Amino acid sequence: MRPRWILALALTLLLAGCTGGGSDSATGRITLRFQSLAWQDESVTANKELVKEWNATHPDVKVEYVQGSWDSVHDQLLTSFEGGEAPDIIHDASDDLADFAYGGYLADLRNLLPTRLKSEIPQRSWATTTFGNGVYGVPFLQEPRVLVANASWLKKADVRIPTPEHPWSWPEFRDITRRLSGDGKYGVAWPLKEPVSATLNLSLSAGGELFHRGEDGKVTVHFDATDQVVPRTIHDQANVDHSASPTTLGSGGSDTLPGFFGGKYAMIPLGFSYRQQIVQQAPKGFDWQVLPAPAGADGLAQGVSPQTLSIAEDSPHKKEAAEFIDFLLQPKNMVRLALGDWMLPTGTQALKSPALHTTKDDWSTGTALAADLVSAPAQSVRGYPEWKDKVATPAFQEYYSGAITLTELRQRLERDGNLVLARYQR
Amino acid sequence: MRASTGARVGQYIALLAYLVFLAFPLLWLISTAFKSPRELGSLHPTWIPRHPTLANFRQAFDEQPLLHAALNSLLAALGAALIAVVIATPMAWVMARRRTLLARAATGWVVVSQAFPFVLVIIPLFLVLKNLRLIDSLAGLVLVYVVWSLPFALWMLVGYVRAVPPELEEAAAVDGAGKLRTLVSVTAPLLAPGIVATALFAFVTAWNEFFFALVLLKTPEKQTLPVVLTHFIGAEGVADLGPLAAAAFLATLPSLVVFSLIQRRLTGGMLTGAVKS
Repeated sequence: MRPRWILALALTLLLAGCTGGGSDSATGRITLRFQSLAWQDESVTANKELVKEWNATHPDVKVEYVQGSWDSVHDQLLTSFEGGEAPDIIHDASDDLADFAYGGYLADLRNLLPTRLKSEIPQRSWATTTFGNGVYGVPFLQEPRVLVANASWLKKADVRIPTPEHPWSWPEFRDITRRLSGDGKYGVAWPLKEPVSATLNLSLSAGGELFHRGEDGKVTVHFDATDQVVPRTIHDQANVDHSASPTTLGSGGSDTLPGFFGGKYAMIPLGFSYRQQIVQQAPKGFDWQVLPAPAGADGLAQGVSPQTLSIAEDSPHKKEAAEFIDFLLQPKNMVRLALGDWMLPTGTQALKSPALHTTKDDWSTGTALAADLVSAPAQSVRGYPEWKDKVATPAFQEYYSGAITLTELRQRLERDGNLVLARYQR
Repeated sequence: MRASTGARVGQYIALLAYLVFLAFPLLWLISTAFKSPRELGSLHPTWIPRHPTLANFRQAFDEQPLLHAALNSLLAALGAALIAVVIATPMAWVMARRRTLLARAATGWVVVSQAFPFVLVIIPLFLVLKNLRLIDSLAGLVLVYVVWSLPFALWMLVGYVRAVPPELEEAAAVDGAGKLRTLVSVTAPLLAPGIVATALFAFVTAWNEFFFALVLLKTPEKQTLPVVLTHFIGAEGVADLGPLAAAAFLATLPSLVVFSLIQRRLTGGMLTGAVKS
């Protein structure tokens, strides 16, 4: 008797759980689904509050907050697009948009967005979401790569502290990390689990572009002198000077933090948003500060892939979705989102907010770098993901570990890399 | 005698080492769940948290609807397990007793079907479910889990059926029992440990499954536990480690409880079957 009773209960529960949600088509009210990738507590709160505020003031257009996740977002969106079930408003990163934009899954936003929002965000940021002739996302949050430093250590070593106005040059950075090293301690720990984007984005400071578009519109890889400045610095720090920890070359940013707090490394190049983890995890009294990344011939320039908001091409309510994006990205709201994610807003008005110019948690250092952030070099290169995974990642990893020479690195990036890119450009 | 004792001690040491190896991730997960952010950032991690805290559990429950997600997972996993065994049991019986070309081909197909990666089937599957209006419903998800676990469940049960002596079924036939009656009254009770093991397999597979649930369920209230767990992970793999560990620990509890409750009966039944065969 008992097994039958349990079976009946389970089936009842299952059926109860399977009943679908209601539709609001009878009321004439529009419902937009907004899939957000916000994940930190403060960021999720800011997003949900903004959705609530919108819903309170727009009774005819209800926005439903859907929690997405950075993990697997590409596959999830691709499936949703193919099945015609994509969310109306999509949060993603600009380097994930190219395939969706070229695939016709995203709406061209040029005629949907108000002039206010268009002029609020600088052209260099719009360039990160422009594919072909269309604009397929609104870039709204971005973060520079900075040096997070053990302030006491630097003070004790009596080195010049760089500022955005007077940053270290790459040779000076190498010299300082050499001075800070010894007795099992290192001047820098490079977390290079993903070596390609870090290298390419920082190489812009030395004028390195790597990808060159010819007159025929085709992109080829040229790893010339300007592209070699940053990789050579990292390689020499790890293998010649021994001023960079060799063990962190395969680690992620979070993995290097315990060693940083434990006094093994003086500096770690990290994304600006890592400050939140540092604030949470650093031992009491640990004195840290944010320094700008070293500068080269092109100053502090570095590549970024901002977080974006897009509209699905299949959405029947693109106009309303664009209005919601405009609301979400009003300057004061953009600041709330930026503070929640510990990142920088792209909007020029938002960037002026006093909240982003405080010395607390070194917001002001990051904000001062915003004008130097440009589109990541690989942003619009078709075939880049394959080039990165099959050619560049192993080649950079081997070079940084000292297994291959700079000449071999160049040969692999160019010879093998151009074969991959050519397949995408026939 | 001494050599035999030494060998036995060696076996126990090897077994202990294996158990430690298996238990390490779970123990580390539990340890992490009770550590403060500052302890998580320590260069010298400890097994026992120096200042144990429940803050991670509080934060995990505050930030995500874990209980609701666990209920969704339970419904999906329970439904998938029940339906899978109900379908697989008679199929397994036919495949085990009728050694025809078709049965052999079906067995081969079962093996081959296990090699398909998720991403290969997800888009056609999505479209089929959409036409059936089963996207964003636990019923659709259960259907997918049943289809996904059925081949392996079938494969497992065929082995159990073969361990039941056919003479018992022949005796039932002589006594006038039909095929269905024979299956229900004679074979199924002897298959009980196998059915339980198969149901467990289907349950655990569905309980842990992430990708189908991520893609098929849209409404936040319907998301399952593995999907909700990813909400603690940010871009480039950065994670809110404490709450993630706390939530992941809670997610492993049902499997642990179910296994610990039935493992004695399961093992006993399996051994009994082994003696009979």
